[in-house]
Amino acid sequence: MDLDPVFLSRVQFAFVIAFHILLPAFTVGLASFIVLLEGLHVVKRDAIYLRLSVFWTRIFAVSFGMGVVSGIVMPFQFGTNWSRFSEGGGNIFAPLLAYEGMVAFFLESGFLGIMLFGRKLVPPWAHFFAALMVALGTLFSSFWILSFNSWMHTPQGHELVDGRFLPASWLAIIFNPSFPYRLMHTVTGFYLTTAFAVLGVTAWHLKHGRHVVESQRVMSMTVTFIAIFVPAQIVLGDLHGLNTLEHQPVKISAMEGLWETQSRAPAVLFAIPDEQAERNRLEVAIPALASVYLTHSIDGVVPGLKSVPPGDRPPVAPVFFGFRIMVGIGLLMLAVAAWGLWLHWRGRLFTTRAYQNACIAMLPAGFIAVIAGWTVTEVGRQPWVVYGLLRTRDAVTPSLTGGDVLVSLALYAIVYAVVFGAGLFYMLQVARAGPPDHVDLRDAKLGERPARPLSGADA
Amino acid sequence: MPFDLVPIWTVILAVAVFMYVLLDGFDLGVGILFPFMRDEDTRSLMMSSVAPVWDGNETWLVLGGVGLLAAFPTAFAIIIPALYFPILLMLLGLIFRGVAFEFRLKVTSHRQRWSAAFFGGSAVATFFQGVVLGMYVQGFTVTGQMYAGTTRDWIAPFPLATGVGLLFGYAMLGATWLVMKTEGALQNWARSYATRALYGVLAFIAMVSLWTPFLHRQIAERWFSFPNIVWLAIVPVVTAAIAYVTWRTLRRGGDYVPFIGAMGLFAMCYLGLGISLFPYVVPYVLTLWDAAAVPSSQMFMLIGTLFLLPIVFMYTGWSYYVFRGKVRGDIAYH
Repeated sequence: MDLDPVFLSRVQFAFVIAFHILLPAFTVGLASFIVLLEGLHVVKRDAIYLRLSVFWTRIFAVSFGMGVVSGIVMPFQFGTNWSRFSEGGGNIFAPLLAYEGMVAFFLESGFLGIMLFGRKLVPPWAHFFAALMVALGTLFSSFWILSFNSWMHTPQGHELVDGRFLPASWLAIIFNPSFPYRLMHTVTGFYLTTAFAVLGVTAWHLKHGRHVVESQRVMSMTVTFIAIFVPAQIVLGDLHGLNTLEHQPVKISAMEGLWETQSRAPAVLFAIPDEQAERNRLEVAIPALASVYLTHSIDGVVPGLKSVPPGDRPPVAPVFFGFRIMVGIGLLMLAVAAWGLWLHWRGRLFTTRAYQNACIAMLPAGFIAVIAGWTVTEVGRQPWVVYGLLRTRDAVTPSLTGGDVLVSLALYAIVYAVVFGAGLFYMLQVARAGPPDHVDLRDAKLGERPARPLSGADA
Repeated sequence: MPFDLVPIWTVILAVAVFMYVLLDGFDLGVGILFPFMRDEDTRSLMMSSVAPVWDGNETWLVLGGVGLLAAFPTAFAIIIPALYFPILLMLLGLIFRGVAFEFRLKVTSHRQRWSAAFFGGSAVATFFQGVVLGMYVQGFTVTGQMYAGTTRDWIAPFPLATGVGLLFGYAMLGATWLVMKTEGALQNWARSYATRALYGVLAFIAMVSLWTPFLHRQIAERWFSFPNIVWLAIVPVVTAAIAYVTWRTLRRGGDYVPFIGAMGLFAMCYLGLGISLFPYVVPYVLTLWDAAAVPSSQMFMLIGTLFLLPIVFMYTGWSYYVFRGKVRGDIAYH
């Protein structure tokens, strides 16, 4: 059997980054949510916010710990499996990656300890400040890593010398064309992921009649949040799509499932793309609609997959279906937000059992949407690592065999199953327990301060 | 010609890697000693002695890895593929160990199982770090600035030997750490195991010192040509003196001196390695300057690093200061 090291390396990278991205998808939003709770506690002096902050900080601690553990693996992937990308592109992307790592490093050393373990050691305002710094840090980390990622999609600010990318303008590299859109769309996606996870846990407590006062407070906050940010995310997604149409038109062709370049392009609702035959099977489409939302004109021309040779097209099915999953979840989120507003207006937000069940069912929705959206943009970048300039097959480590990668992929799969399984189990236990009934801020003893992210769940 | 940043980056990387080896070395060493201590409550105490600091220690590994990639991308692109499986197994060992750490201290059931996982993860991570070192000294097959060997090149006598050697080395660091951090019966036990580990370390230092000159002619010339041989003779003499003091204080006296001595032995080995390999970053193929990132990239990154490193050092120092003194059974971290 012939094992392809390029394909298997892609699978391995997708595997380790998919598991890793689930954690920042949650912690970026959760850090900001905790800042909000801490701020409300300081301003309103209401202990309910303190109890809620203690509860969500416990969950934050576990997910942050797993994020660190799965993050250590990531930079080494560029060497083990993508050494020619490191050699060719390292001068550009390594500093961006280093800044991302250093920001996380700085936070871990500086403020995370106070946030997780220092509640009894510092006054509330200092604890709020530490939480704020951690939240800002997660956003700065997102900034740098998404700048690096965006450069792979819309490279600029470099010179190509003997097959190596050398920096010409750091500002142009960092603020490459797709970066602002990707950053906004991704971070908003992370916030919504957290919001729906928080909403799900809260609805579960409410359904079981536990922590009722706290849960009602959080539910109002979360429903208000999603009512604003789900529509905003849909607009941001549209803008990101238009940016992609400008810089990576073939990705749009794959997302839309369009083979021919055409005006009055239809919006394909469902189809099974057939790459061999270069057409769709079982297509259900609305005429001319894609031209309207992509070009804002009914006669606008939308490029098709056939506008480039087969060797320059991304795999169509994952991009096509990933996009539909993401958009579908977005519409479900919009429905939950609208329903929540309506119930709120009718004064039945806390008592409608069906709404509680819907919120519980939507708990993982953000995570699925993040993975689906990530698949759309990254598979849609193929067959390139650096779009239009360096092909994926030319970026892989030349010394690797398919068998090597199969073995390493299997080992990652086993270890991640154990580690993430244990972590998820533990996080659900903490979530089920809910906020504490009472938080005692006295009796500080420095020697009792633990200093590991995961042990913060006990604090 | 712009200002040469290669020496600065060489020092930063050398410091980061050495900090990692010393700091994660002693907490990995505590894990390696687990099978020799049967009592689970004593094991908990051993774990508690490193619990507050171990994950901070591991962040130096990230700094080393990302630093190598950013400052010397060509070296990264050759060395890391050559070490495909050793790095994979090291990372998986570290992940497993980190999780075992948390769950062993958290749960009261299955403690023995998590202890076994903690030992396993520590030993696997250590062994493969030793293999990485051995492969590095042995050198890599390179053609056209790319690694041209196989992913099985590490299965060779020298890397496997340095893997075992590092198990002794970290065990020595871990045991002398325990001498410093504990008292009574556990301290006596640690003294005895530190002495045994020291014997192993000295045997491996002697073996590797005699072996490396045969690996590459350049190393032999560096050490044995005149006049190098005269002033480089200081290295083995100082090493022997540190070994003697460590051995002596392990038998009686000082709680702190053995740990300092163990770190001193690591420093001397590191120095010896540097003398053997300088100025190569990919041994015998590419020098530090051959493999360096362009000045613009090195400068862009240096700004952030020079801002960050002092803070990290301060914080590291502070957290060790907070947890100074002996660990006791009655003050748990949980």
